[in-house]
Amino acid sequence: MKVVLKNVDVIHPEEKLNLKGVSVLLNDGAISKIGELAKNEIEGAKEFDFSGKILVPGLFDMHVHLREPGREDEETVITGCNSASAGGFTGVACMPNTEPAIDTAEVVKFIKEQASNHLVDVYPVAAASLGRKSEIISPMAELIEAGAVAFSDDGVAIKNSSVLRRAFEYANMFNAPIIEHCEDESLADGSMNEGINSTLLGLPGLPSVAEDIVVSRDILMADYIGGSIHIAHISTKNSVSLVREAKRRGIKVTAEVTPHHFTLTDDALKTYDTNMKMNPPLRTQADVDAIIKGLKDGTIDCIASDHAPHSLEEKESEFQFAPNGIVGFETTVGLTFSELLHKNKLSIEELIKKLSINPRKILNLPIPTFQAGALANFTILDTNLVWTVDISKFKSKSKNSPFDKRLLTGKSLAVINNKKMYADGQWINLSGA
Amino acid sequence: MALSSRHLLGLQGVPKEDIQTILDTAHTFREILERPIKKVPTLQGKTIVNLFYESSTRTRISFELAEKRLSADSINFSVSGSSVSKGETFKDTIKNIEAMKVDMVVVRHAAAGTPSYLTKISSSNIINAGDGIHEHPTQALLDMYSIRQKLGHLEGLKVCIVGDVAHSRVALSNIFGLKTMGAKVSICGPSTMIPRDIKDLGVDVIYNIDEAIQDNDVLNVLRIQLERKAREYFPSIREYAKYFGITQERLDKNGKDILILHPGPINRGVELSSEVADGSNQIILYQVTNGVAIRMAVLYLLGTLN
Repeated sequence: MKVVLKNVDVIHPEEKLNLKGVSVLLNDGAISKIGELAKNEIEGAKEFDFSGKILVPGLFDMHVHLREPGREDEETVITGCNSASAGGFTGVACMPNTEPAIDTAEVVKFIKEQASNHLVDVYPVAAASLGRKSEIISPMAELIEAGAVAFSDDGVAIKNSSVLRRAFEYANMFNAPIIEHCEDESLADGSMNEGINSTLLGLPGLPSVAEDIVVSRDILMADYIGGSIHIAHISTKNSVSLVREAKRRGIKVTAEVTPHHFTLTDDALKTYDTNMKMNPPLRTQADVDAIIKGLKDGTIDCIASDHAPHSLEEKESEFQFAPNGIVGFETTVGLTFSELLHKNKLSIEELIKKLSINPRKILNLPIPTFQAGALANFTILDTNLVWTVDISKFKSKSKNSPFDKRLLTGKSLAVINNKKMYADGQWINLSGA
Repeated sequence: MALSSRHLLGLQGVPKEDIQTILDTAHTFREILERPIKKVPTLQGKTIVNLFYESSTRTRISFELAEKRLSADSINFSVSGSSVSKGETFKDTIKNIEAMKVDMVVVRHAAAGTPSYLTKISSSNIINAGDGIHEHPTQALLDMYSIRQKLGHLEGLKVCIVGDVAHSRVALSNIFGLKTMGAKVSICGPSTMIPRDIKDLGVDVIYNIDEAIQDNDVLNVLRIQLERKAREYFPSIREYAKYFGITQERLDKNGKDILILHPGPINRGVELSSEVADGSNQIILYQVTNGVAIRMAVLYLLGTLN
């Protein structure tokens, strides 16, 4: 199918592109031309007018939980990908804490197979240790061959430092990063950030130092072995400083942050709302400030949702017994633009790097190019659209979001990838001439 | 005089007038407890569920007695022998109980915030009988009532809470209540049992028990929960008793007529020596009696509020 996207601003920070009000012609899902188009060129094309909107390389969410296999009642690969499409993402990396864990080639292949016909590219992050138990490293060679792109025991840290060392050494052969959920288990027997609010609420605290200790251990190990460490969902002031210092020293460390960790603080827990319960927990304003500073100066490389669907019956319980996590695909763009672009913290180019370019670089994946002939991999964004979050409209199977009814500025309007387009709730097949 | 809330979830944020009203109302009920016929028809026709998700003897009995003395119909629900063991969710259990048309729920639960959660899924009046390490408001109210009866006032009094403050719901409720009533509150205990940010609540922290005795009018001594995780927070019971236990010798040495409270049950020889636990400074059983009056007052004030 021939498609023309009219009057759109094209931004590609990696290719130094910044074009105002141009047209993009697609044929069979591939780019045929970007620029001024003559009448005969667009003859017979399906037209979309994107005046005042921006077109960027498809967004990539490198930290998501698709729950399949194991908890198909909460999310499946397909419903997760639908939710990602609605949120503006064309690629995701899914975490291995499924049941069974992603620690065999079969599970990697199963997930890739489930997603094979979807607009969204799914890249499994395999377990670093068998069963995420931190005893024996996983069969990484086989996992990489099957399509895994990184290793992590996410949900928990690799507890045993000797296993961490082996994981680094072995993963190095494939140039694959270790993604760490940094938390010292012996300090982490709590359900919210430790501080004055946990004292007031009588909830057991998760101290920030539990994260900082593992961040420092992992950085030191990455330095010693020479591997790449990616710090998942960074949440504390001290961890941001540790990553900044490590980068300055040339250690191969990268970091991501979730939108909720730069938007909310632990003040939000005062009503014991289980939708505010996540791990790492919401921290303090000082931590939020440090995170925004870290995003600005490049200490934090990317923004990832940590999309974590949970069933209503599990979230509707006593606070301490509720599971951690919130759904994130469909609010990430809105929160990022509301909190960072419109509050003048980061520019649109910087944000596109954090939402699209950098996560792919960390995972050694190709960056979508805007050269003619390339497969179109786009997200089209309206940075100024004001909208209200409505969880009942989420494409995700789960609705556990603390942002219901929140007014946001900025939204994805359409995504294009794998010869498919998703716009206005409609799927459009672009294949064929 | 009516209270400003239809629930009693904790003492944080409860206005002074409300606390005053509860203490004054308790005083009128206290007199009933001394009569030969200890029953009034005040809550006749009201149904109260005592929902105890955590084992408790004295608090449950105290509430039950208070309910009976007010002529309410009360039902006891405790975890063992209930549908909880069959895997029913908390919400479903509550909805089922509520469907039987109850008016008030007294709840004890190991998870902090459960009484607050109950207010969202139930239309009954909710009374917190202790939630995790959060609050235990009726205990603090009976402590304050007992102090007021013995010393005549709360305003300006110096009260020290001694022991495992970090794992105590009694401590937090006492801090909120006493501060609202104008008392000066400090805490004393091993540093591992003091929450890191507790000073933000406007309390002083002391690590020396002799100083605590010298500087205060009242000691509210908490129970060291030997059965709980608290054991990991100090090296040995012997060391705790030696450095933080209240003994008659310590009281004599510091030469003071100090009032000693304890929420019970006591670990004799740990936080209080037997001599002190039975001595002239303590008002432990007096607190227990007052507890019934305080719970009658709370049930009455919430139960007749509409």
